[in-house]
Amino acid sequence: MTLGGAVLQVAGLRARVDGSDAEILRGVDIEVPAGQVVAIMGPNGSGKSTLGHVLMGRPGYTVTGGTASINGEDLLAMPTYRRAQAGLFLAHQYPIEVPGVPLDRALARAMSARAGVGVRSRPAVAAALAAEIASMGMDPRFVDWPLNVDLSGGEKKRNETVQIGVLKPRIAVLDEIDSGLDVDALAVVAARIAEATREWGLGVLAITHYNRLLTYLPATTVHVMAHGQIVDSGGPDLALSLEESGYQGYE
Amino acid sequence: MATARAFTAYASSALGGPEWLRRRREEAFSRWEAAGLPSQSEEVWRYSRIDELDLDAYSPVPPGTAAMDPDTLPCGDAFPGSAALVWSHDAQVTHVELGDELASKGVVVGTVLAGPPGGNAAAAGEIAEEHYGTAAPPRDGLGNLAGAFVDDVVVVSIPDGVVIDSPIVVVHWGSASQEPSLGSNAIFPRTLIVAGTNSKATVVEISTSAPWGAVGTRLLVVPVTEVVVAANAHLDYVSLQDLGPHDWQIAHQASTVGRDARFTSFTTALGADYARVRTDSKAVAPGAETRLFAAYFGTGTQMHDFRTLQDHAAPHTKSDLYFKGAVADEARSVYSGLIRICKGAVRSVAFQENRNLVLSEGAHADSVPNLDIQENDVRCSHASAVGPVDPDQRYYLESRGVPPEEAEQLVVEGFFDDIVARAPGVPAVRAMIHQKVTAKLKEKF
Repeated sequence: MTLGGAVLQVAGLRARVDGSDAEILRGVDIEVPAGQVVAIMGPNGSGKSTLGHVLMGRPGYTVTGGTASINGEDLLAMPTYRRAQAGLFLAHQYPIEVPGVPLDRALARAMSARAGVGVRSRPAVAAALAAEIASMGMDPRFVDWPLNVDLSGGEKKRNETVQIGVLKPRIAVLDEIDSGLDVDALAVVAARIAEATREWGLGVLAITHYNRLLTYLPATTVHVMAHGQIVDSGGPDLALSLEESGYQGYE
Repeated sequence: MATARAFTAYASSALGGPEWLRRRREEAFSRWEAAGLPSQSEEVWRYSRIDELDLDAYSPVPPGTAAMDPDTLPCGDAFPGSAALVWSHDAQVTHVELGDELASKGVVVGTVLAGPPGGNAAAAGEIAEEHYGTAAPPRDGLGNLAGAFVDDVVVVSIPDGVVIDSPIVVVHWGSASQEPSLGSNAIFPRTLIVAGTNSKATVVEISTSAPWGAVGTRLLVVPVTEVVVAANAHLDYVSLQDLGPHDWQIAHQASTVGRDARFTSFTTALGADYARVRTDSKAVAPGAETRLFAAYFGTGTQMHDFRTLQDHAAPHTKSDLYFKGAVADEARSVYSGLIRICKGAVRSVAFQENRNLVLSEGAHADSVPNLDIQENDVRCSHASAVGPVDPDQRYYLESRGVPPEEAEQLVVEGFFDDIVARAPGVPAVRAMIHQKVTAKLKEKF
């Protein structure tokens, strides 16, 4: 069922925030195979969200060492939009409001800009969005709602998930997609992403504080991050034990 | 020599019309002679370009010289669904369309000099005499000049209880001087809109100049639009300024809003070299509500200049202002607005928000919101912002695969769509504004 071996490979990745000498990422190694879920857990300030932004190329961060590639293509050499076109998706922890820019228009532009895909008309994208939105039990008004404007925290996270279903990336980095979601919404979001791993072999890098997400979206590998490094790795049991013991052992 | 058509008492008195209008011109001319042009040293003209205005380069248009064959109206089909149409050429009304049904309901769309077509010729004059200058008494030298050289007055009057869904459209078209040696044309369009008790209507004013001929224009346009909204009426007013790149406009829009009435104004400024709009809206009775919107976009060396007054002269009144604009290249914009809550206007609510996108390093926007609150039990707030496209917004779009230039374009389009969506009236009105803004954005993207 998978459409080939899209793999995210991160090796020895180091990065700092512009204007500061301190490294937030201090040599991170991660692999995400197609169709699998890899979780990164860890305390606040461990560098988890920074990893997501550095992979996506957010302005304000400088890579100071290491490599990152998707399907063999060097991510770090590309501007942000090219990373997205190469198959990387970031579900933002805090999706930005863009007044006056409807979701379907933004995604139609994004898809039309991809080399080799050809122009995707806005009605075609709207239809795909409508189907995705209906399958997640959301209101049809989200199809052309201005990006994230006046949405609740939970609506924003569902709105991010809907975009995964339409853009069909190879790798989705989920930056705390479980924050702001109630249990029912979390189940819907996680089920859609789990389905995507089977449907087109989506690889998932799930950044989270809590095991709760992983009960709905089972991970094959769990990494613990602290002080900008992976300090422990294991299977689903590791997430369970963290739920009980917390992160004290890694601080 | 320009003297034959200069701004003289003789030129003012040569203009026609009823006795009261002639008297008003005389009074305005006396004030003009005494006070002359304002200067940038006056607070209300700070940041403006009024010191650049060289009146000797302009001359008023002699009465009765404008002519226009209605069959060749350059944008006669711009509003296929309009309820009425007024065509004014160099501020001289040359064509009026008003359907029999509206005329039979007592709707007046006409002019003081010519009267309404097929209606009571005296009606327009009587309405104008009663209301002329009540909402917009001359506030400064340009107001005096406009008052002294106004040629005709477009009158739109909706009687008590009459509801009109389609827009009443007034097009002011300016043209290049037919005698270039006399300088460029200065024109003084004047419009009076009176909405009777319980009435409802939309009036659209379009100010444009002649790109159709080979000659570009260098007009001075000094329009005055007065709106009188009676109790419980809903009046929507839309103005679109799409003048040529060398034209100057110094406009005054003023409204008085009665008990439980609602006035909504949407101003779009896209053209001209320097275009100033002064917007005054006065809530004169309890329950009055005013909503003022504007969208503006300057490129090249254009300057758009807005001065607003939300004047609360009665208790339980409400006003809401939202102005959004962008400057690119070396363009400039100014927004300076005042909320005034007069003594006694308790329980009034007023908001004011101005947002500006600065799209180039050489462009500049000033935003100066002000409050003058003389009463305690009120709710007021203001907000203003000036800055480039938000890098976080661009990053969000780029993270979906939108290239940077397109992301910026999307954000700017969205910035304007957000304000255009608030334009009142039927969808065709919003479509017209949207089409004009989109065409202007295409100059940049």
